[in-house]
Amino acid sequence: MTISLKAEFEQAVGKRSHHFHGGLRLRHNKKISCQDRVGPPPLPELLVVPLLQHAGDISEPLVQAGDTVLKGQPIGQCQPCAAVHSPVSGMVEAIEVRPMSHPSGQPGPCVLIRPDGREQWVDLNPMADWQTASPESLIEQIQNCGLAGLGGAVFPTHAKMRDGRDRKTHTLILNGVECEPYISCDEMLMREQPGKIILGARILRRALGADRVLIAIEDQMSAVQKALTACPEFANSENISVVKVPAIYPEGGERQLIQVLTGQEVPAGGRPSDLGLVCQNVATAAAVAEAVTEGKPLIERYVTVTGNGVSHPRNLKVLFGTPVSHLVECCGGYTQDVARLVMGGPMMGYPLESDSAPVVKASNCVLALTQRDIAPPQAEMPCIRCGECARVCPAMLLPQQLHLQIRNGLWKPLEEYGLKACIECGCCDYVCPSHIPLVDWFRYGKGELRTRALESEASELARKRFESREARLLRLKQERAEKMARRKQVLNDKSSQQDRILASIQRAESRSRSKPGGQGSGSADDT
Amino acid sequence: MLISVLLLGVLGVAFGLGLGWAALRFRVDTDPLVEKIDALLPQTQCGQCGFPGCRPYAEAISREDADINQCPPGGDAAIRALADLLGREAKPLNPENGVETPKTVVLIDESRCIGCTLCIQACPVDAIVGATKLMHTVIQSECTGCNLCLPPCPVDCIEIVEARVNPPLWHRSRPATAVDRVVLQ
Repeated sequence: MTISLKAEFEQAVGKRSHHFHGGLRLRHNKKISCQDRVGPPPLPELLVVPLLQHAGDISEPLVQAGDTVLKGQPIGQCQPCAAVHSPVSGMVEAIEVRPMSHPSGQPGPCVLIRPDGREQWVDLNPMADWQTASPESLIEQIQNCGLAGLGGAVFPTHAKMRDGRDRKTHTLILNGVECEPYISCDEMLMREQPGKIILGARILRRALGADRVLIAIEDQMSAVQKALTACPEFANSENISVVKVPAIYPEGGERQLIQVLTGQEVPAGGRPSDLGLVCQNVATAAAVAEAVTEGKPLIERYVTVTGNGVSHPRNLKVLFGTPVSHLVECCGGYTQDVARLVMGGPMMGYPLESDSAPVVKASNCVLALTQRDIAPPQAEMPCIRCGECARVCPAMLLPQQLHLQIRNGLWKPLEEYGLKACIECGCCDYVCPSHIPLVDWFRYGKGELRTRALESEASELARKRFESREARLLRLKQERAEKMARRKQVLNDKSSQQDRILASIQRAESRSRSKPGGQGSGSADDT
Repeated sequence: MLISVLLLGVLGVAFGLGLGWAALRFRVDTDPLVEKIDALLPQTQCGQCGFPGCRPYAEAISREDADINQCPPGGDAAIRALADLLGREAKPLNPENGVETPKTVVLIDESRCIGCTLCIQACPVDAIVGATKLMHTVIQSECTGCNLCLPPCPVDCIEIVEARVNPPLWHRSRPATAVDRVVLQ
């Protein structure tokens, strides 16, 4: 199975140019934030570290208000998902519910840390011998360091790696295709730290047991290609290649990238590991290198602060928990005509209510837009069935159909029409001539489906428990009735009553006989 | 003439026996309609409909002894689904049975619990664990929020709390009609 998949893959890569369905060519707007070198902003006064920074459950806090923490010390744990670490040394001021930069916009528990400015690290536990270490110990180290996919979905890295290792992965794909306009944090990372990315790629490859690594970048990133291929780690590594792909949005999507590289489609409801592939973001690879060779947990990331609403757009290396307002200050503050703040890119990002929201593992970009960048609100018109949305949909869905089904509450056919395969890229939304907020409808529909599934699961459980309780009560009642009936029968039976009286007289006699002699008593007869 | 009458008669008896046997052999013990109705009810087993549990209520609906608007936890959604299934007109929830409220669960104040086991006996889904004169506690994930454990408690140590869901179950509300977009082309 694996061999045939691998052969198919070998045949596919590089022999013909593949493409995915639909997509859009968008203006990049990336240059404005790529002028300066990336540096860290000064330490903020207070860090607000949310306990939910990854796909999965909220972490349990490991610290209390008043505790002193060191840089890199675990402050939140969550068994199946990724741990949360303190980004600075300092004091825990409180654990309270605050806005946590989650796409839901809902507040959640955050650890408030006031830095002491000493930047004292906790004892780190690097793996100097990673080249000989077992894949499982590498994955464990990745898990302990709290790594999650830094491309935006923040899926716990160790879970993806375990799945990939168990499914016999042959190729690791590093995703450097940053297809969404304005965002340039991965591009800057690849230009400034190519060695770390290649090192991370080799560690990930070892942990997966894969043979080769493909680093995918956009065809406009010539500087990135130069940086990657020029670094000494690249020259020393075998079977690592840099592949350029045409810049079409949303090519940075995992499934779309795999389709472009190999011509193979990841099955609906399946994962890339079904094809023997694992896809990781380049920033994740760099973080893996730090986690394994230096023992450093994931406490910071590159963030693009850009848009016409910021005086001096650039990329920053930001500690998690830093408020967005602090980043904007480091970039010269807002311009006069700033109108909106977006976390993420213009296509998939979500508007921020306030700039006090913290940077988290998922934050790749802070986008400040002016009124010029935003089209005036248009009234929604009825769908005219033009089919543009279906033409651009990279998941090959029928957005117009899904939209009508959600509107009318047809939940059953909705699943058959593959709403779950929607990647919420926003292409359909962008081209719709009737200004229908399709992606908003799909997010609403997905939430409804999930709620419905959970509710029916819960009611099924309750039904089973109720039925088993009823059965148990019935059984107990029957048993009691039978017992009563037996006792009644014995009482009513005259002959057996006589027998029992005789037997007890005998017992008493034998006892009184045996007492003076001190011999063993006669056998008791219980009838 | 006689042959054909006899032949058809024999055939008739044979088929009759066959059908009779099949009716016994493949007999459906439960009413499939009850199953379908039961599947639409929320299974809180709270008894607010006036029946001792969701299944008895489902049976009553299928016998047309009960109306379809007597289930407060199911609310409007359940009434509409029942109306769809039974081909009846949907109607608002009967206020005599209660009002639709957000999902809650109960919590036992463990310092005040005296271990009387009365709530354990009242719980229709065995979601309370504990023993005589020992502390009781509610298994939150199994609690349906029926509140049947509240009346029997002699020390009033059970309180109603909002159901906590982890991971935070969020989803967007129905989208608004006016939209604006970022200009990129």
